[in-house]
Amino acid sequence: MKTMATLHSNATALINANLVNPGSETQGKGGVLVEAGHIVDFGPHIEATHLASGTKIIDCSGDCLSPGLIDAQVFVGEPGAEYRETIATVTRAAAAGGVTTIVATPDSDPPVDNPAIVDFLKRLARDKGRVRVLAAAALTKGLNGAEISEIGLLQEAGAVAFSHGPHSLKSALVMRRALTYARDFDALIMHTTHDATLAADGVMNEGERASRLGLAGIPLEAESIMLERDLRLVALTGARYHASIVTCRQSLDLIRKAKAEGLQVTCGTTINHLTLNENDIGDYRTFLKLMPPLRAEPERRALVEALAEGVIDIIVSDHNPQDVEVKRLPFGEAAFGAIGVETLLAAALRLVHSGDVSLPRLLAALTYRPAQILRLPQGCLAKGAPADLIRFDPDEPFVLDATQLHSRAKNTPFDEARLSGRVKMTMVAGNILHG
Amino acid sequence: MHTSHPPTFTQRHLLGIEGLSVSDITALLDLSEAAIEVSRQIEKKRNVLRGRTQINLFFEASTRTQSSFELAGKRLGADVMNMSVATSSVKKGETLIDTAATLNAMRPDIIVVRHAEAGAVHLLARKVDCAVINAGDGTHEHPTQALLDALTIRRNKGRISGLKVAICGDILHSRVARSNILLLTAMGARVRVIGPSTLLPAGIERMGVEVFHNMRAGLQGADIVMMLRLQRERMNGAFVPSTKEYFHYFGLDEDKLALASPDALVMHPGPMNRGVEIASTIADGAQSLIREQVEMGVAVRMAVLEALGARLAND
Repeated sequence: MKTMATLHSNATALINANLVNPGSETQGKGGVLVEAGHIVDFGPHIEATHLASGTKIIDCSGDCLSPGLIDAQVFVGEPGAEYRETIATVTRAAAAGGVTTIVATPDSDPPVDNPAIVDFLKRLARDKGRVRVLAAAALTKGLNGAEISEIGLLQEAGAVAFSHGPHSLKSALVMRRALTYARDFDALIMHTTHDATLAADGVMNEGERASRLGLAGIPLEAESIMLERDLRLVALTGARYHASIVTCRQSLDLIRKAKAEGLQVTCGTTINHLTLNENDIGDYRTFLKLMPPLRAEPERRALVEALAEGVIDIIVSDHNPQDVEVKRLPFGEAAFGAIGVETLLAAALRLVHSGDVSLPRLLAALTYRPAQILRLPQGCLAKGAPADLIRFDPDEPFVLDATQLHSRAKNTPFDEARLSGRVKMTMVAGNILHG
Repeated sequence: MHTSHPPTFTQRHLLGIEGLSVSDITALLDLSEAAIEVSRQIEKKRNVLRGRTQINLFFEASTRTQSSFELAGKRLGADVMNMSVATSSVKKGETLIDTAATLNAMRPDIIVVRHAEAGAVHLLARKVDCAVINAGDGTHEHPTQALLDALTIRRNKGRISGLKVAICGDILHSRVARSNILLLTAMGARVRVIGPSTLLPAGIERMGVEVFHNMRAGLQGADIVMMLRLQRERMNGAFVPSTKEYFHYFGLDEDKLALASPDALVMHPGPMNRGVEIASTIADGAQSLIREQVEMGVAVRMAVLEALGARLAND
C-alpha cells in the first residue's frame, strides 16, 4: 500500500476494531490509519504487523470503531443563555458521548441571523469548544417570522442550514418566499412543524393518557398539517427541505409520499421519540415534557420501523438544557425540553439491542446521513475524510447518573435508566478528546 | 360513633381516586356514615385529631370546599389553619415548592391542597413529610367530591353497583367528572357521559364509560343525573356557541329529566349556573340532592381526615 511504503512517524493506527462503516452500512474486523487529522487508510489490512515504524498504535480490543456522531439539533446556550449551557460544557458533553459535530440551533439571544453571530460562534467554538460546532442560521430576521434573513451571506459565513428554532414559521407566504430564495443558494431549510394555534395550551400528547392526567393535549395534526403545507410549498419551489422532527405516522406518510415524488426532502426525529413514549411521563415527570410531545407507543413503533426502512434519515438529540427552576414545577407550568447530546449514542443503542435496527443503519442515521444532508466531509470512513472517530463498546452496561453528565443543566429523561454502550474514545481531527 | 371501627383505608395520602381500591373507597364511605351522625348531634366535636395541625392550602379560590375541610378538621379536634395563596403571582410554581418547604418546616400533620395545575398536589406531596389531601388539581382529580357524591348516592339508592349514572356537561375541564368516573366505575355503576364533543376529552370512551352527544338519548333510564358547571368564558363561542344554545341542548329541564328513570335523582357539585346547565325548578325540586351533597361533603372530609390521621406516626 502506498501509505505504508513511506515512513509516517506521526501517524496513528487504531487497530483490532469492529469497524463500522455507516456509508456502506457494513461492519467487520479492521482498523483505521490517521494522519494529520485525516483518515489515510482503513480496512481489515490495518494491522500492527503492517504499519510503518513510528506509527502510534491504539489497540481497540474488539470495540466498535466508527465515525463520530453528528447531532444536527443542539441548543448551545451561547449567546444569551449561558446559565443553561455554554459551548464549553456542551462540547465536553458531546465529546463524552461520542458526538464529534454539533449543529447549534439559531434560537439564541440574539438569534443567529447575521454573519457576525455565525462568526462569533465559530470563534467561541475554536477557543472554548472541544468538538466541531456548526451553526444553523435563523430563517427570518430575529426569528420574527416576517422577513427573510441574509441566506446567501449567512451561508458564506458558514451556516450549514436555516431553521426557525423550536417554533414554526407561521406564514405560508413567508415560507414560500424563503424556500424560493433559498433554492437559488441551494441552501437547506430545516423546519420543525408545529401549528401553535391548533396545539393551543397543550402540554402533552392528546389522548387517553392526557385525559386521565387532566392535562391539555396536543394532537398529531398540529405537526402533520403544517408539514403537509411545507411539503406542498417544497413541491412548488423545488427547495431543499429537512423536516427536523417527525413524531407520528401521519408525518411519515407525508414524507414517504414526498420522497416518492422526488422532492428534495429528508427528515429526522429525536432520540426521545424513538425510545420513549407518553406513558413514561408517569406521575407528571416534567423531564419528559417535550415539544413535540412524546407520543403513544404505536407512533413510536412506526418511527423505529421508518428508521430501519430509511424513511427517517437522521436522529438528533434535540438537546435542550433547562435549569431546575423551570422544570421543578407543576407539569403544565414546566418548560419543555430535555438534554440529550451526551446520552445520544447509548440511548440509540437500545434500538440495536432490541433487534429493531442494525448497528450500521443506526450509525448511518447518526453520522453518514446527517453529513450528506448538511454536506459535510466528516461522518464517513473514507480516505481523506476528517479523522472524527469514536471507539465504543456497544454492550457495556451502566446506570445513568444525571449528576455525572457534563451539560450545565441535568434535565435528562434517562436519569437512572439502564443503558448499554460506553464511549471509550472520541477523536476529532485526529486529536483524542476523550478516553 | 363507633370509634372502634377500624378503617381499612391503606393510603398515606389522598391524591386521587386513581390508585384507591374498592376496599379503600368502601372504608371511607362507611366511616363517613358515622361522621354524619356526629355532625347531626348538638355536640359535634370529637378528639381523634386533637393536637394535630391541618393546613388548608388553596392556590385557587374556593369557599365551599375550603370551609367544608375547615369544618371537618375542627369537628375532629384538629388545629386548622387556612392559607390562601394568590394565584396572580408570576412565579406560581416557585411558590408551590417554596411554600411546601416552608409549611413542612412547621410540622403540619395534614395538608389539604387545591391548585390550578394538574399534578401540582402530587408534586407537593413529594416535598413534604405529612399526609396530603387533594382538594382539586387543575382538570385532573377532586377525590373528596367523588366520595361525597358516592356517599349521597349510596344513602339515597342503597347501592352504587348497577346504577345508571349520567354525567352531563363540560367533562373536558372537569376534575369532578374524572374522579367520579373512576370511582363510580370502580364501584360497579354504569356511567354515561353526555356533552357536546368540544367538551369531551380525547379517549374518554376508554375510561369505561358510554358517550352520548344527545342528552335526551343519554338520559334514558338514568338513575342519577349529575350536572357539571360550565364556566362562562367557555360559553361564548370558544367551546359552545352561546348560553342559549347550550341550555337548549344540554341544560337540564323538566322535559329532559322526564326521560330519566321516574325516581332519578339530580346532583350538581356547585356552584350552579341556574338557567345555563340546570333549571332552577329542578335544582330546588323534589328530585334534587344538591343540598344533601353539601352536608355529605363535610362528613366525607371528616372520614378522610380521620382515616389519614389514624395512619400518622404517633411519635
